[in-house]
Formats: sequence, C-alpha cells, structure tokens
Amino acid sequence: MSDASTALVRARDLTRHFAVGGGLFRKPSNPIRAVDGVSLDIARGETLALVGESGSGKTTTGRMLLHLERPTSGTVTFDGTDLASLDAKSMRALRRRMQLVFQDPFGSLNPRMTIGDTVKEGLLIHHLAEGAAADARTRALLDEVGLRPEWADRYPHEFSGGQRQRVGIARALSVGPDFIVLDEPVSALDVSVQAQVINLLMELQRQRSLTYLFIAHDLSVVEHMADRVAVMYLGRIVELATRDAIFAEPLHPYTQALRSAVPVADPNVRARRIVLAGEPPSPANPPSGCPFHPRCHHPAKDESCARLVPPLEEKAPGRLVACFKQPPSSVSWEAQQAAGGTRAPTLHLPVLATDARPA
Amino acid sequence: MTDTTALLEVRDLAVYFRGAAGVARAVDGVSFFVDKGETVALVGESGSGKSVTALSLLRLIDPPGRIEPGSVIRFEGTDLLALDEERMRQLRGRRIAMVFQEPMTALNPVFTVGDQVAEVARIHEGASRADAWKRAVQMLARTGIADAERRARDYPHQLSGGMRQRVLLAMALLLSPALVIADEPTTALDDTIQAQILDLLRTLQQETGSAVLLITHDFGVVAEMAQRVLVMYGGQVVEAAPVRTLFAAPAHPYTAGLLRAMPRIGSRRTRLDAIPGTVPPATAWPSGCRFRDRCAHEWEKCASEAPVPIEVAPGHVARCHLVSDPARRAAANLAGAPT
Repeated sequence: MSDASTALVRARDLTRHFAVGGGLFRKPSNPIRAVDGVSLDIARGETLALVGESGSGKTTTGRMLLHLERPTSGTVTFDGTDLASLDAKSMRALRRRMQLVFQDPFGSLNPRMTIGDTVKEGLLIHHLAEGAAADARTRALLDEVGLRPEWADRYPHEFSGGQRQRVGIARALSVGPDFIVLDEPVSALDVSVQAQVINLLMELQRQRSLTYLFIAHDLSVVEHMADRVAVMYLGRIVELATRDAIFAEPLHPYTQALRSAVPVADPNVRARRIVLAGEPPSPANPPSGCPFHPRCHHPAKDESCARLVPPLEEKAPGRLVACFKQPPSSVSWEAQQAAGGTRAPTLHLPVLATDARPA
Repeated sequence: MTDTTALLEVRDLAVYFRGAAGVARAVDGVSFFVDKGETVALVGESGSGKSVTALSLLRLIDPPGRIEPGSVIRFEGTDLLALDEERMRQLRGRRIAMVFQEPMTALNPVFTVGDQVAEVARIHEGASRADAWKRAVQMLARTGIADAERRARDYPHQLSGGMRQRVLLAMALLLSPALVIADEPTTALDDTIQAQILDLLRTLQQETGSAVLLITHDFGVVAEMAQRVLVMYGGQVVEAAPVRTLFAAPAHPYTAGLLRAMPRIGSRRTRLDAIPGTVPPATAWPSGCRFRDRCAHEWEKCASEAPVPIEVAPGHVARCHLVSDPARRAAANLAGAPT
C-alpha cells in the first residue's frame, strides 16, 4: 500500500450492507454484504483497476469512494480530508474534484439537453464560468475529447455510443477534477471505438495528471490501462498488486482462474484453463471462512478454509493476497490445524501459459 | 463452394427496412455457406448486419423489414424462402435452433425451465408429458446443471445468468439440430462463466454433430471456437477465411484494423491502433466501398467502384480493391497482430 503522503484517495475497512426482504409479515433476512471490509490507497496520478465479476461489489466500492453512497462502516479520505466529517456545503465544494464516468453512454445523458448544456451544467453549478466564457469553455472541452465544438447544440440521440461516452468524459472534466471513477467506461462499446476511448482516457490522464479508479471486468483492457490492480470477490479484495505482478504471476486462486478464463485471440494456442466449479455464491448468503473456498482449486484447500477468514496480507513487497494456503501467512499452520486443517500450505502457481493448439 | 454438400448455403441475401429515414440496407448481398458439423464465426460490430443475417435464416424478420427478392437461403437442400409458414415452424427448433444473448428474455418467466425444455420435445416429436419431462431433466443434467431433477422445477428468475444460458443450450440441442445459431451467447456473462459455457457448447456440439453459426464481436471467442470466420461490415461480408489465415494474414483493412485495435494481454503498447470514425447508419452507406471513409488505404477507385468479393487464396475471400492491386496491397502491409 502506498505511502500516506502520496495517496489521494484512501479507504479503510469500508463495508456496505443492504437490508433485504422484510415487510409487513416477514422478518428481514440477513443483510447483503455488498462490500465487506475494503481498504485501499490510490496514489496521485495512478490508475488503480478494480476487477471482479458481477456482484463482487466493485461498483458499490467506487460509489462509496465518491461518497455517492454512504458506507455502513469505514472511512474514505480524499486528499487528507475524511469525507464523513464534511457538511453538505463542503462536500459540494469537494465534489468538484471527484467525478464519475458511467458505463452506459445511452442512459447517463439527459436526452432533452443538448450535449453543450450537459457539459456546461457543471461549470454553472460550481460557478466556474458564466455566459460567453462558459460557452467558450464548453467548446474547448468538446474539442479536447475529440468532438466538434459546433456539435454543442445537438442532442444525445444524434450521436453514436462512442461519441456519447466522449460527452460523458467532457462532462466529468468540465469541473477540473483530480480523481475520476471510471465505471466500465468502454464495456458497452465496439472494439474499434473502444480503442479510441481508451486512447483518449490515457491521453487525458497524462495531460491533466488525473487519478483513476478504473472499474472493469475485461482483463485485457485492464492490462493496457492500469498501474495497479485490485481483484474483488464477494465484497472483498482478494489480491492487490502491480499490474505486472498480477498478470505475470497471480497468487490468489481466484485471480489465477480469472486470468486463465480470458479467451486468447490467437487460433494457434489453446489456453490452459482453470475451470471453476459452480457459480459465484450470493452475497446474501456468503460461504463461511474464505468466500472463495467452495470453488477453489488450491491443492492445500482443506477444512480450515471453511472456518478461518484469510486476512489480506503482504506476500511480497507491494503484493497483498488473502489466502493463507499461499505462504507466507500470519495464519500459522498450527492455527490452521486447530481449525481442522489437514493440508500444509504450499505455494501453488499453475502454469497459465498456453499450449500449441492442435491443427 | 461445395454446393452439393453444404448444410446451409446463403446467396445474395438482402434484408431492407423501409422507414421514414429511407431504406436501411441492413443486409445487402451476403453470401456464405456452413458445412455439416463445423463452427463458423460471424464477426462484426453493432450495425454490421450480423444479427439481422441470423434472424433472416430463421425467417424471423418482421415488417418493415423484408428479405428482398433474389435472396437465396438453402438448408439441407431445401429453399427456405419458398417454404410455407407451417413447414418453416416445424424446421425451427428441430433442424435449426437459436440461442440468444439474453437468456432472461429468451425464457418465459411464468413456466419452469423444465417445462420449457420439455415443451420442445412435445411440440416437435409429440412426446408424452412424462416422457418429455424425463428427457428435459436428462438434457439439463448433460448441460452440467447439478441436481437437475430439482432445478427443472425452478423458474428462470431463480437461476443465475450462467445457469439460464445452460437451459437455453439444453433447449437448443435437445433434438440434435443440424444447425445451431448462437447470437452472442456469452456476451452477458462473466469471463469465468463464459469459459464454462463455451466448453459446454463445444462438448454438446461433439455429441450432437451440430454445426454452429456463432455470432460474436469477440476475437478471443472466435479464436477458441471457430474453424472459419466471416467478417461483416456495412451489411456485407467483407472477408471470409479459415480462422488461422484470418488472424495471420487478414486481407481486408477492416479485419486488420479490428485485430490491431484490441488490447491483448502480454503485448502492451502505449496507444492502441484505433479505427477512426464510427459505423455509418444503414440508410447512408458511402458510395463504392462502405468502409472507405474509415480506411487508411483509400484511393479514387474506392469511391467510384464498389468492390466485389475476390478470392485471395482458396477458401479466403475479401471485398477490397487491394486484393487485385498487388503493389498497393504490399504497401498497405496489412497485419493482424500489432507490431
């Protein structure tokens, strides 16, 4: 985890529980633990990717970092300020520095507002510019994201998906943020257009020294964009490391499986795949102990995995992994045996390289 | 082309939609074939015409869309466009089955999944209720659904996305159809579940001997599943080739562009080679070559003359003037993998 002085965004023990069920004649059931103890730091100027499958809690985590959703417990610090300590007015002022870009370029723009007005709205709300100056800033922003300034008077339906996503990016940039949460920003786009938007996001980051939380499920895009990667499973971070470490040698069995599931765009190779058993469990009814243990392929998996919750701990400098079967671990072998463990921890590094595909 | 043995042969297929904005030529002169038991990928971006092509094979095009006169769809020797609706209905599900992207909308929410699989056997083979149910449960078990007997009594909303897709595969493959059309069957699924479903599709296909027309935008899925690939752009097949040829030596600049635009694990670049612009609407294809305004290799001929499919090598066809202009083609230096 990075040094406190450089972290722009810092989350500690974030949890978010949703009450479900209940009603006039029914008792509420267990709350859904959408996010269950997430801690992370995002350094200035870096891109931290938050990776996981549907229901892993990545979007909820992103929204809590922006204080769009209140954590059930835990803290978010932005540039040294605890967000929970702010009154509404100070929060509004800080909001200018943190923005969100959505996945869906169709649902996230107001169809009755011209794209110029959509981009300008932030400038007006935050009193950053008015009148002719605001119009000029709007045109400059459209130009910066690769849209023609004279299109400011057009409506969203006149644009393609990729162009609408550029509008969403211009809107986020309008208030001059330091930090942007990108929630699956290219998932809905076609390959050729996806590449355009990825290039734009990376250029903007360089030019404006932006800090990104990049929420994604497509690992090939993550490898292209991220500096560090956090992998979530059932509301928890199971692995957090530099991009190179995560892709070269994933340590958590779930990361290993996720990495191996990416289809290889080369007909001459066949991926050696770790096929996971079963389906991801529901966050309403998570497994005991390690949340991944029912689907895990680690050779040392045993009864202790169902009883003990593995802490997210450092396995090597800068490499956090939540698996006590991958040594070293603060959960000693004795402690595992006391919890019913029968298989000693052993480093498991499945070969993820690919085999030649038979002709 | 092996007219005598091809399972499916499509020639000059055109599907137009007439509306206030003009005539949308969604599919415009598509020709291809699928042999028995093989997997052919139909690749393209939104608006390329790949889904309309698939629906027209089952004659599921609703007005204002229309399959234009002169189109030919020949399946197991029968001209599908000449069949009456009753015979077409018998064919759907029995000889040609379809698997859709969104299993939640493709399943009926008020019937159990077992009933819906059983219905296929009852409608097409007149199986008794008890017999159809038994076959449904067996088929669900074959798709890897644990405790199939109990799961068959579940309603679609009680299943996860991956399980619903297994149910759709069970319905599609129950009668061992000769052709399965799978329209983005794993696009809505997470990667680890996608891997399971693709494995399952391959296994079932080996058991039933069905051919698969796999519609996708994902070249990773193409590389893993297909023997041959058709690339669509602007309502036309712009390139058709065996899968290894297509990845190693694409002949159409659009194919080459797509292959270079996608990020690949293990070959990181500072910038991706994006294709500029976007797919134009089907009411306003450019004159001449429909890809020319996005192409880096355009010259005068591209605007004045629409390219026709030209054979690059046996089994490899591309709709591009570069193919017949060796000097320009060499200069264009099309390569699939980023360099």
